[in-house]
Amino acid sequence: MIIGLDVGGTHTDVVLMGEEGLIREYKVRTNPEDLFSTVLAGIERIVEGIEPDKISRAVLSTTLTTNAIVQGKYPEVGMIVSGGPGIDPEHFRTNRHYYSIAGSIDHRGREVAPVNPDQIREIAEILKNEGIRNVGIVGKFSVRNPAHELAVYHAIKDDFGKIFLGHHVSGNLNFPRRIATTFLNTTIRPIHKKFFAAVKQSLEQKGLMIPIHLLKADGGTMSFEASLDFPGETILSGPSASVMGAIAFASETDETLVLDIGGTTTDMAILVGRAPLLDPVGITLSQNQKRIQTLIRSLETRSIGIGGDSAVRLQDGILTVGPDREGPAMAYGGKVPTPTDAFFVLGIQKGEGLAASTAGIAPIAQALGISVEAAADRIFDEACNVILSQAGHMIDAINSKPVYTVHELQEGLQVRPTQILVLGGPAPEFADRLRTLSDFDARVVPHWSVANAIGAALARTTCEVTLFADTQQEIVSAPEEDFSEPVNRNFSKEMAVEKAFVLLRDKAVRIGADTRDLEMEVTEDLQFNMVRGFYTAGRNIRVKVQVKPGLIHGYKTIIDRLLSNA
Amino acid sequence: MLCAKHKTGLVFFPAFDWAISPNHPEREERLLYTQDQVLEEGLLDIDGIVEYKPDIATIRDIQRAHFCVPDEWQVTTESHFISAGGAKTIGMAVMDKQVERGFALVRPPGHHAMRVVHGSRGFCNINIEAMMVEYLRTAYNVERVAIVDTDCHHGDGTQDIYWHDPDVLFISLHQDGRTLYPGSGFLNELGGPNAAGLTVNIPLPPNTSEEGFIYTIEDMVLPILADFKPDIIINSAGQDNHYADPLTNMNFSAKGYARLTELLKPDIAVLEGGYSIESALPYMNVGIILAMAGLDYSGVREPDYDPDGIRQGRDVTEYIRRLGDKVMTAWNRRDETRKELQAGKTFDRRRRTIFYDTDNILEKQEETVRICEACGGCWSIDTSSDGRKRALAVHLPIKGCAACRETAYQWYESADPRTFDLALLQDRQKDRYLKREL
Repeated sequence: MIIGLDVGGTHTDVVLMGEEGLIREYKVRTNPEDLFSTVLAGIERIVEGIEPDKISRAVLSTTLTTNAIVQGKYPEVGMIVSGGPGIDPEHFRTNRHYYSIAGSIDHRGREVAPVNPDQIREIAEILKNEGIRNVGIVGKFSVRNPAHELAVYHAIKDDFGKIFLGHHVSGNLNFPRRIATTFLNTTIRPIHKKFFAAVKQSLEQKGLMIPIHLLKADGGTMSFEASLDFPGETILSGPSASVMGAIAFASETDETLVLDIGGTTTDMAILVGRAPLLDPVGITLSQNQKRIQTLIRSLETRSIGIGGDSAVRLQDGILTVGPDREGPAMAYGGKVPTPTDAFFVLGIQKGEGLAASTAGIAPIAQALGISVEAAADRIFDEACNVILSQAGHMIDAINSKPVYTVHELQEGLQVRPTQILVLGGPAPEFADRLRTLSDFDARVVPHWSVANAIGAALARTTCEVTLFADTQQEIVSAPEEDFSEPVNRNFSKEMAVEKAFVLLRDKAVRIGADTRDLEMEVTEDLQFNMVRGFYTAGRNIRVKVQVKPGLIHGYKTIIDRLLSNA
Repeated sequence: MLCAKHKTGLVFFPAFDWAISPNHPEREERLLYTQDQVLEEGLLDIDGIVEYKPDIATIRDIQRAHFCVPDEWQVTTESHFISAGGAKTIGMAVMDKQVERGFALVRPPGHHAMRVVHGSRGFCNINIEAMMVEYLRTAYNVERVAIVDTDCHHGDGTQDIYWHDPDVLFISLHQDGRTLYPGSGFLNELGGPNAAGLTVNIPLPPNTSEEGFIYTIEDMVLPILADFKPDIIINSAGQDNHYADPLTNMNFSAKGYARLTELLKPDIAVLEGGYSIESALPYMNVGIILAMAGLDYSGVREPDYDPDGIRQGRDVTEYIRRLGDKVMTAWNRRDETRKELQAGKTFDRRRRTIFYDTDNILEKQEETVRICEACGGCWSIDTSSDGRKRALAVHLPIKGCAACRETAYQWYESADPRTFDLALLQDRQKDRYLKREL
């Protein structure tokens, strides 16, 4: 049995999954002031009366790290960056204790200028005197040659606690994003460690020795132990939980648009067959109107300001829904009408709130000269139309992404979803209305109100490895994995891919994967003839492999049960 | 978060799966390290730098600038349609005011491709800037265009295409043709009789360095542009004038090119040549992009940059100064030159041979241009090459006057089937491209 838990803005959903399908579900209000109690309560409740050793794992998706970043509540850390020539690293300053040092590596990983040990010592002294415990070290092109980051690390490691190195956070290029990502990891780690260690401890005290896994923004999982080195990857895991919950019910051949309709926002994602589209660069976070761009792997999702509690307004005869939320629905004591109020009026939602909802929508109905039911209908239509329009923009943006080979330009994937899968609430009514208003075939995800928690429970462990070989310099290396080996001039792309898969398998197992779930694939394999003078000097080979995001081994039986029980 | 001062569009098309041949300078690897540098610097994340997916050029786009013998398909590959399309994408983005300026970092290049195309020469098949310019003139009614070709080689293709065009100013700075391919681009190449003076060649001596290039821009190019008052400025930004380039003898640098871009303020820049793919291209392109966006490029520096080591000698400086005098003298007397060349003639003729080094083709041309004061004048080219079809290529300019229109159509319709295999008409006025197999 597996526990899946997803913390949302308003509610936290918990499920217990087993071979019989969905054994139990539980929804509790999220207490934003005390996430710890919410999570603990959720887990304890879901396992009541179950024998602990029958539970193989608990997969948690929380807003802990996202909230810390968005609210700016994280401890001070030190950052040491080495940019060499190019754009001044001062432009990428992440925090107060951010120091730029000498040293430069070029695009092929060759040292251009060395680091300066005296300078490093001086900076270490300053950081120590400021009481800094944890440090991030990032160099330009460290993913081609981590020597400088390692040199700084060795010089200061005895004086500080946990040190994060840029070349470990991702194998991708982009120095500014690497700095931001390393900073996030360094600063979040203490918060992350404290929280989940406490959860683990509390559960153990109650006799619940359940291995804890975290859900990542790319829809994959990792063990708690592994997450201590990559805490940043748990940011924005919420939208990916929903997408994973929808995957099993998606068409295997067509493209599907997944819509998770929440209280404040609707999260959209695209599935190609049963594989979610990944953001090729990395997730972007907002903090106080500022955008923080990272290398954290995530699904390609868009969050738009339409949800059950979006503010409905009528201005100059034009009806608008969202993008903001001004409190709960009037049915629940709010001041401004919302789509939820429309649902009460239309009988989709039932309860005592009907009177307040009707009273809330009446002025709009009057101004438009139509009945309250008709007005509620219009509100529902408008909400759906905004969603469809935004989905269209998202699809256009995906299809206009630049590509760099003749082949891809001519034959490249163009996404044209024909299906919609809806979860969140009230999903069945949204699915019906979207089907009427568009050419999409819209369906509901079974158990749509807790599908996100199911997604978390059934997600497989994922990771990626970036490897490059330079037969002129006679080296194959994956700095992210602390791997490098000499090779001879006959080293080929096929051999590079083989090596990458070996590293990938090791990494996946290390972070908690089940070897039966290792669906590995090549996401990039390029080989370039390096010609110097008029002779071929060598081959420049670049390989990226990943464990494909998806659901764990054996999920098909669980899904069948869910479908038949729905 | 860095913010660009000038919203800049970028098309980056490195064509990682295309090459002229595996060991050729124009191969898959050419822009690989440039991409690495651009990505690592995070340029595409900068607020105000927008990356576009390139459009694919159409046959019509090619026909606006070229006469392809025997046809467009036989002298191009898919990569050419994309490279030209990339320049077109940037052109449209700028004209639609989606961005203020744009840079098409594309391959393969185009500035050695002339009006008539029998194959590939100087690694070029179709002229990507000319195709973009002709598209913009038709779609957006752009009138006066200035093309400044700063590639180390003389832009003989672009010069040829605009030789008779009084609305397009073509300025080429290059290493003196006596010392480098294509062996042309001398001071006395001033343009056809109806457009005399509007082709400006500045043949610089070998070992010209930063000082020389910047002097040329400040003391020759900018004053000429100020006189001409173009609607748009295009920079054919070839980067083979770098000190590390294996095929040439100039000593330009990344910071120098950034400074050149800052001074020239092109609306559109298009990559041409440049084959020092590790030591020059990554840094020059980062410098150009930053300069176009109006961002600080002072930190851009090649690993082995040694300003003293590359400094030009006093003799080079002196030579360029005297060269500048000659260039400005010719520019200032262009109206007189035009009158001299037009005097007493109805038509002007010239014979040429053109060698296509990349494909080893020798083409013979006889060109006839109608002397005209009302418009650029229609012209025709009798073109043939060993073992291939002989064609009559006729051009009517965009602002073609009634007399030139009549002449052009008459030439086209009366092409002698005993002499020619093909007759081609490029009616730029009506945007029509006709072909007769004879």
